[in-house]
Amino acid sequence: MKRRFFMLCWSLVTVLGAAVTLPALATDEAPDALIKRLTQDVLDTIEADKAVQAGDVARIMVLLDQKVMPYLNFQRMTASAVGPGWRQATPEQRTRLEAEFKTLLVRTYAGAMSQAKNLTVEVKPMRASQGDKEVIVRTLIKGRGDPVQLDYRLEQTPGVGAGWKIYNLNVLGVWLVDTYRSQFAQEINAKGIDGLIATLSERNKANAADNGKSAKG
Amino acid sequence: MENNNVKQEFTLRTTRIACAAALVLLTSACATGPNANPRDPLEPLNRSVYSFNDAVDRAVVKPVATAYRDVLPQPVRTGVSNFFANLQDAWSGVNNALQFKPRESVESFLRFGVNTVFGLAGLLDIATEMRIERHTEDFGQTLGYWGVGAGPYLVLPLLGPSTVRDTAALPVDAQGNLLSNVSDVPARNSATAVNLVDRRSRLLDASKMLDQVALDPYTFTRDAFLQRRRNQVYDGNPPDDEVQDDAQTDPTTK
Repeated sequence: MKRRFFMLCWSLVTVLGAAVTLPALATDEAPDALIKRLTQDVLDTIEADKAVQAGDVARIMVLLDQKVMPYLNFQRMTASAVGPGWRQATPEQRTRLEAEFKTLLVRTYAGAMSQAKNLTVEVKPMRASQGDKEVIVRTLIKGRGDPVQLDYRLEQTPGVGAGWKIYNLNVLGVWLVDTYRSQFAQEINAKGIDGLIATLSERNKANAADNGKSAKG
Repeated sequence: MENNNVKQEFTLRTTRIACAAALVLLTSACATGPNANPRDPLEPLNRSVYSFNDAVDRAVVKPVATAYRDVLPQPVRTGVSNFFANLQDAWSGVNNALQFKPRESVESFLRFGVNTVFGLAGLLDIATEMRIERHTEDFGQTLGYWGVGAGPYLVLPLLGPSTVRDTAALPVDAQGNLLSNVSDVPARNSATAVNLVDRRSRLLDASKMLDQVALDPYTFTRDAFLQRRRNQVYDGNPPDDEVQDDAQTDPTTK
């Protein structure tokens, strides 16, 4: 009898617990689950797409816009890389900075696409407490060689059901946005925001021309 | 016996050179410009060493590494990489032990044993097929593990990016390298050269990318290297010290 009562209490606790956590699950996918799904999806797409594997920047842009951009706060990434100069930038300058930075980053990863074969993602257990608005999700990309460390910083978008968005990316221990911060500051100090935009745009044009040459040759 | 003496003399000499170099570096004019990076007080000096290295790389190392990649088939190059990585595994075993990481230490020695015995002296990486993980550690990381700070960024002639701590650890790492125990000097030097060329050949794509995506290759290399090194010291789990970026205080980015 005592035992049965205990069981009843236990199931009540379980049901109540589920009822409390369920609404949270229904509105927001957990950040680690999101990363796992997103990474595996992108890896599968790369593996199935010959053009992407060959480093075709136009194709990669399409893939990025379709699959990844909805989960990025790219404006925050750009703002963070630009640093204090971002506040002085006009809306037009901000838009251009975002576009040029995006092109530059796509170039960064274009060369690595051909190596994306038979890769799997392992998401490490996340250390975050309830109510955290910003979390780090750590993963390992496993393939034939040594596993590659790939970490993400995510923020919870304000509002119900808006979900989590990535605002920084770490490859092998190097945070992407941080690596550009000093370089951008150098340019802004020397030539101002427009100078930085010009430098980025020139660099992207040169890269595009360079790639065209090597594709033909 | 004679061999030992030669080795000791070599250690002494390298230590002396390292000390002298450190002294010169520390007493040379520190950069204190308005845009000086606090982690890189020796920037002017570092930049000149960086351009020297870059010139040497473009003139000699990169062409040799490119030829090496184009001439030798992939399996041969993988064998070469495996061979040197296997020697490193033994030294990683020592350093993992020095960092009181028994599991990692045992696994490193196990990798070394398996690959040396069953993998044709390390040419084949059987241990990875057996899913024994690699835990690369060097003496600079061991010092870092026990709380020695990295110190200022330092670009070494020919060797490239480093820090004061890692430079101080170099003589120990050189001794720990099993190659340094090869008594035949020409053989040892050739092996070191092959190791360097092999490493450079694996970085050809990365260095091409660096040319394309970096606005200032010196700054890019420095900022990436210091982060990566810190990450290695903390085994991929460094304490969080993110700079509070402006985006967080700027309402327009939300």
